[in-house]
This record gives sequence, structure tokens and C-alpha cells, in this order.
Amino acid sequence: MSTATAVRVGRPGFVWVAPALTFFGLFALLPMVVVVYLSFTAYDGLNPPRWVGLENWTRLGSDPLFVETLRLSFVLTVASWVLQTAVALPLGVWLARRGRSRALLAAIFFVPLLMSSAAIAVLWGTLLDPNFGLASVLGPLVGIDDGNVIGDSRYAFAAVILVIGWQYMPFHTLLYQAAARAIPVQLYEAARIDGAGRWRTFRSITVPQLRDTIITSGVLIVVGSMTTFEVVLILTGGGPGTSTRILPLHMYLEGFRSFDMGYASALAVVLLVIGTALSLFIARVTGYRKMASQREGM
Amino acid sequence: MSTSSRVRRALVAAALATGLAVTAACGTAGPQEAGGGEELRLWTLQNEGINTVQQAAVDRFNAAGGPQIELTTYLNDPYKSALQTALGSPNGPDIFYNWGGGNLKGYVDAGQVADLTGALDANPEIKESFIPQVLETGTIDGKVTGIPMQGVQPLSFFYNTDAFAEAGIAEFPTTWTGFLEAVDRLKAAGIQPIALAGAQTWTSMMYPEYFLDRIGGPEKFQAIADGEPGAWRDPAVIESMRMVQDLVDREAFGTNFTAVDYDNQASQALLTSGRAGMELMGSWQVTSLNDNFPDFLEQGKLGWAPFPAIEGGAGDPRNVIGNPSNYYSVSANSANVEAATDFLMTELTSPEYVQGMLENGQVPGLTGIEDQVASTGPFADFNTYTYEQTKAAPTFVQSWDQALPAAEAQTMLTNLSKVFTKEFTPEQFADAMDSASR
Repeated sequence: MSTATAVRVGRPGFVWVAPALTFFGLFALLPMVVVVYLSFTAYDGLNPPRWVGLENWTRLGSDPLFVETLRLSFVLTVASWVLQTAVALPLGVWLARRGRSRALLAAIFFVPLLMSSAAIAVLWGTLLDPNFGLASVLGPLVGIDDGNVIGDSRYAFAAVILVIGWQYMPFHTLLYQAAARAIPVQLYEAARIDGAGRWRTFRSITVPQLRDTIITSGVLIVVGSMTTFEVVLILTGGGPGTSTRILPLHMYLEGFRSFDMGYASALAVVLLVIGTALSLFIARVTGYRKMASQREGM
Repeated sequence: MSTSSRVRRALVAAALATGLAVTAACGTAGPQEAGGGEELRLWTLQNEGINTVQQAAVDRFNAAGGPQIELTTYLNDPYKSALQTALGSPNGPDIFYNWGGGNLKGYVDAGQVADLTGALDANPEIKESFIPQVLETGTIDGKVTGIPMQGVQPLSFFYNTDAFAEAGIAEFPTTWTGFLEAVDRLKAAGIQPIALAGAQTWTSMMYPEYFLDRIGGPEKFQAIADGEPGAWRDPAVIESMRMVQDLVDREAFGTNFTAVDYDNQASQALLTSGRAGMELMGSWQVTSLNDNFPDFLEQGKLGWAPFPAIEGGAGDPRNVIGNPSNYYSVSANSANVEAATDFLMTELTSPEYVQGMLENGQVPGLTGIEDQVASTGPFADFNTYTYEQTKAAPTFVQSWDQALPAAEAQTMLTNLSKVFTKEFTPEQFADAMDSASR
């Protein structure tokens, strides 16, 4: 059997990717093209789109909410990455060791994974009710006497970050757990023989071995934080005032409450560009695309 | 509409649905029944009790053997966006539920709504059976395009009679001075004077709505709704916002109202538990309280009263604010405008329909149904109050968020929430609205 035949049999090429490509084209590329087109129109869903040139794009510069919502989205992204990684990485590593109590705790930790965003937002909305929820009990203990957490512009955004963190941490914990289990035990054995302590082992073996997972999880958090809005919509609606209105929520409200689909499309394109740029940037600076093995010589 | 623009509309709708990722949160958006055939499609909101009455009306109409109507129900939140993109498309409704006013005007201006003025003129007994103030909100630019199909929903104060007794208030105040005294007395008794679900701004909005009408009369908001330049800067608007902040400063709403949610009944819980004295809300409050806190009604603790008069104000204190009704309109693109109109003319004022609505706590905006209102259902006394109040009102002002175009309404809600949190002064609110409405 010649090499060429082997290649043809093993990889029929285009046919294999055709279904994925069709779906991607229909549900990702085509909408993107239409959204870019719509961003140059005035469109309320009712009347046909009307070409307005750069009007929506120049409006970005004069919309104070655009800058503010963009800033909040960046804060959410950075805070989510720090918070979720700081919790998920150690927790995932800890859960990677076998044991009945760990398995039980893991089952509990992963509960939020089973819940829809809407359910999570409604649940937390009830918990954070200032008069009848947990906030009325715990608030006074931390200096918030009237339990007003989600209605106070000083605390509302922090609450949003925590709720979103609560929602997504289990998923990232799961990633780290799987990755930590894949680290060869020989590395740990060798380190123990060399006299490395627990902290040194974690720092010099576990973290470097989890490098690709840290990057994967980071990209998911960054892109996810840039596009999530349903929890915020249900929990605070962007309020009080506009203090929790993140960019995707701004887009939703402009599009589906104000029925200004043209401007909402311009915001959508901005989100698309930022999300793509951020993930490309992370991939580049971390050398992720080279996907170099970290187990050379093993 | 040409085929190519239909295709474009479908493409655009598909793109928005996927591109802007709207499917995220709010449950099932789709219609419960698929449309089809030569039938006329009637779109309305989901509500178990009322849908039964609507279905019965459709069944009566269909039984005549003429064109058939099919009822499709939607959840509240997805309905407006579904309607916005479906009107005028081949899959759009022939008859559709709407809120009248600015909401309906958008559809009328886009040429999507049939003019029903002629049909009403041909049936004068039908036309005269509607309360004029209620029919008014379905009338756009002098043309009747929406027929009232549901109960009138004026906003009133609902109060806890126990809490008022505890604070030593014998009667619900009828003047603003008396109202502020009641606020002080409730506070002195350790009761939060007013429950306000301020996490949603449409609830907060009810206060400046009444302030503006009582201080300046309905002309002030009419000027805003008509888009007259400078209407938002009117001194009466600024005074209304000042009164809002006065209530906030007095802690009349407590201190944590911005975190109180309406949808999980948090404000109702404050009212019924006696932790708060009163709540300003639409007439649906009574059936809603009965669903969520039946004991409260059984024990006779619920009182109601109209919004007080403001001394020296230009507005008639008999005026009411709220939703005059909801409306059925006929799509201009309907294949059978005549049959759709015929349905509205024959069924919406029929005795069976009126009776069914009343049994579901809805008081139709019709004249001459006093006896039926007073003798139907468990809340006949409240319904009579609502009915008499609506009939006696010189003007029924539509809620601002329904009366204004969608974009302006959204900006108004955002800016208003900042007045309640005191991020905005009354003047800043006026300036922000003035520049947004240009």
C-alpha cells in the first residue's frame, strides 16, 4: 500500500469536516456577516433595515454607557479569571487524589454545573433578598445593616462576580481535576526522593504540568466573561442605575428592549472583535499554539 | 412586501437569534401551537384563566362555520420581540395582542395595522359600549387601530389595614400633606411606610407618573409622548423628580428598596407581613395577592385607595394612571382583514366574554355593566371600585413605559432609576431625557 493511498483512506479531508463546516457557516459565519451588515443600518425589527452608513459606529464614541459597560466587562473578565482560577486550580488538584470523602465533596461542588443560568440567577436573587433572604441575616455581620447588596452600587458588581464565579468554578475545577490526574506519578516520586516538600512539589511539578490547562481554562473564562449576560439580566437587570450593566447586557437591552438592532449589532461586532483578539493574544503570548509537550524525555 | 425582502427579513431574524444569543435565559419563547392552513392566527399572552375565555370566544366564532381562528399564546417577555419581527411576515398573526399607545403607534407607523375606524362607525352600538378614555389609548392619530380586549388596570394604593391601625391612621389620606403625615406615623410605629420593588424601575416609575399628573395635569405627559421639544425640561417634571427624592430622603421606601424584586413577591411579602404599610400597584394586585397570600385577604387586612390629591396642583385628582386596557389589533397584511375585524366586533363585547373576564378578575372597559361587575366573582367590591374610578376619571394616562417609543422608554427607565438612587438630581434627569428624546 502506497503512502498516498494510506493518506486518502485515513483522511478523506473535506468530507470529514463538511458537517462541522456547514454548521459553523450557517450558525456562526452567516450571522456574523449579517450582524456586520446590520451594524451599518437602522433596524427596529419592524421596518426593513435602512442603510445609515457609519452612524451606529460614530455613536459608540458619544455613548457614555458604551465606555462604562466596556470597562465593567473588562473588570468582570479579570476578576473572574483571578477568582475562578484561584479557587478551581487548588480544588481540582486536591480532588484529583482518589478517596471516598473527596468523591462525595466533588459531587457537591459540581452541583452548579447541573443548573441553568436562569435557575442560578433566580436562586441567588432569592438568597440576596434584603428583607427575607440570607442577605438580611449575613448582611449585618459584615456591616451591611439593611441587607442591601444587589441594590447598592458599591456591592452589586462584586455580588455579580461572585455569583458568576459560583456558577463556573465547578467546570474549571473539573478541568483541573482531569489534568492533575494525568500528571505521571513518577514525577512526584522523583521529587519526593529528592526531598521536595508539598509546596515545592506543587510549585515545581503540578503548576508547570497544568500549564496548558491553565491557558485553556483562562481562554474559556475570558471569552465567557466577555459574552455572558443572562445571570446579570435576571439578577440585577444591570442596576442599580447602570452599575452592573456589562457590554453584552447593554447590547441586549439596546437590541431587544429599545429595538435598536442596528446599534446593538455594532456592539455585537465590538464584542466579537474583542473576544477574538483576547483569545488570540492569550494564545500568542503563552505559546499555546505550539502545544509543546511538557514531558520530554519521559 | 416583496419576496426578496421577506427572505432578507427571515435571514435577519435568524441572524439576530443566533448572533446576539438571545436564547439564553427566559424559558420557552415559542408559540404553543403551530399555525397553518387558511386559518386566521390570533396571538395573545399566556394566562390560564383568561386564555380559556379567549378560546371560548374563538370557538363561538368558529362555530358559525366561516373563516376559522386559531389561538396562539406567548409568555410576556419574549412576546414583544417575537411580534416585532413577525408582524408583516408570512408567519405573522392576523389579530394580535398589544398595549396600545406608543407600543401600538410603532406598528401603525410601520404600516402594519389595519384601520378599524370604519368598522366601529358601522357598528355605533359597539363603539358606544366602550369607555371613551379606554378606547382612546387604542386610537392612534385619530384612527382606531386597537380594540380593548381585557380589564382596565389603574394604579392604586394597596395598604395593610392592621399596619395603619397600629400607626393610628384611621383613613387613607386624600391629600399629599396627609400622606406625608401618614408616612411619618408609620415610621414612628416602626413600620416601613411604603413597600417598593425598586429592583425593577417600572414599579418606581408609578410615583413620578402620578406626581406629574397631579402637579401639571395630563397635558404635561401628553407633550412628552408627542415628542414636543423641551417637554422633559418642564418645571412640573423637575418638581415630580424632586418629590421622588423627598420620599427617598424620608426613607419612605426604607433603605434597601433597590434590591427588592417584584417577580419573587418580595414587596408583597413586606406588605402582607405588616413590615411595610402600603404599596402602589396596578389593579392586578388583588388577584395576585390572593394567589400568593390568600390569608391576608381572608382576614380582611387589605385596603385600597386612589392616589392622593396634591394641593395646588393643576391636575384633576380623579385622573388615573396605568394600563387603560390591552388591545387587539388586526394586521394590515392579514389575508382576511374583514373576518378578523368581524371577530373583534362580535365577540369582545358579548355577554359571555364580559362574564368570563369578570370571573377572572378583569373589569372590561365597557359602559353599562355596573350590575354585572357588582355581582360577579369574589372581588366584586374591589372590581366595582376599579370600574367606578375608571369611568369617573376625566383622563386615563397610560403608563410611561408603554406610552413612549421603546428606545425612549428604556432610557427613561434607566435615568429614573438613577433619580431613585440619587445618582441624578432632578435637573440632571431632565437634561438627560431632553437630549435623549431629540
